[in-house]
Amino acid sequence: MNLADGVQIVSLAILALMMIGSALGVVLLSSIVYSAFLLGAVFVSMSGLFILLNAGFVAAAQILIYVGAVNVLILFGIMLVNKREDFIEIKNAWLGRLVTAAVCVGLFALLGTMILATPWSVSTAVAAGDEATVIIGMHLFSDYLLPFELASVLLLMALIGAIVLARREFLPDDDATDATNAPVFTLPERSRELATLSRDKSS
Amino acid sequence: MQLEYFLLIAAALFCIGIYGLVTSRNAIRVLMSIELLLNAVNLNLIAFSNYLDPSEIRGQVFGVFVITIAAAESAVGLAIVLSIYRNRDTVDMEQFNLLKW
Repeated sequence: MNLADGVQIVSLAILALMMIGSALGVVLLSSIVYSAFLLGAVFVSMSGLFILLNAGFVAAAQILIYVGAVNVLILFGIMLVNKREDFIEIKNAWLGRLVTAAVCVGLFALLGTMILATPWSVSTAVAAGDEATVIIGMHLFSDYLLPFELASVLLLMALIGAIVLARREFLPDDDATDATNAPVFTLPERSRELATLSRDKSS
Repeated sequence: MQLEYFLLIAAALFCIGIYGLVTSRNAIRVLMSIELLLNAVNLNLIAFSNYLDPSEIRGQVFGVFVITIAAAESAVGLAIVLSIYRNRDTVDMEQFNLLKW
């Protein structure tokens, strides 16, 4: 084993330990804010694994999109639904958790035996390396053009759908007398409870 | 031999994600578990692309597509969670009796 292989194995082990530990933290910790930050650690170590696999472009995209966008979005979601509530205890919740853990361990054992028993036909061609970005661009504009365009349409649909779903109801003031004594710096939209309250008052 | 290491890591991450998806009661944690699942699949795709198809890296193209879809999914998922929270005033998965009878 030469030096490069040793470095690869050691960094693979470190990244794998980081990733599995953070993923367990995401699932098992009780504070959801810690879970969100550990999710960021999972994404960063996943991008390190991508670099080990000669996929520099995907690693950069992972950092940009997951850590920069998805993780921040999740943190904003946590802040927006920031409600301290103690969940009502369910009878025999531990039983469900135990069964789920058993099923997951069984699934891992199944996948593990499948992975180790399959004779993978590992290719001996030289890896694309830094040429990967160029090759991805070629693929995106030749044989994967239709999925690429469909993905752009899907992103547009997701954008509009998210706005429509998360927007509060726009309820303009129907009586002009209310607008005079209202504070000046209010948003033209109001939450649903306030809107129903004012409607009850005016009727 | 290295391919198996990556596949085993991805399988472990997938199983952790499924455990979180089934057992967590906070709706936002469910979304995080879905992200874990998507990441595990992505690691599988990139590993296959590096070891089985290193010259025509089709797996990386699929990985980019999966990242795109995951971003769209998390945006729509968070919007749905926010709108449910606004209507029901809770994020407890056990208290949502929508879409079930």
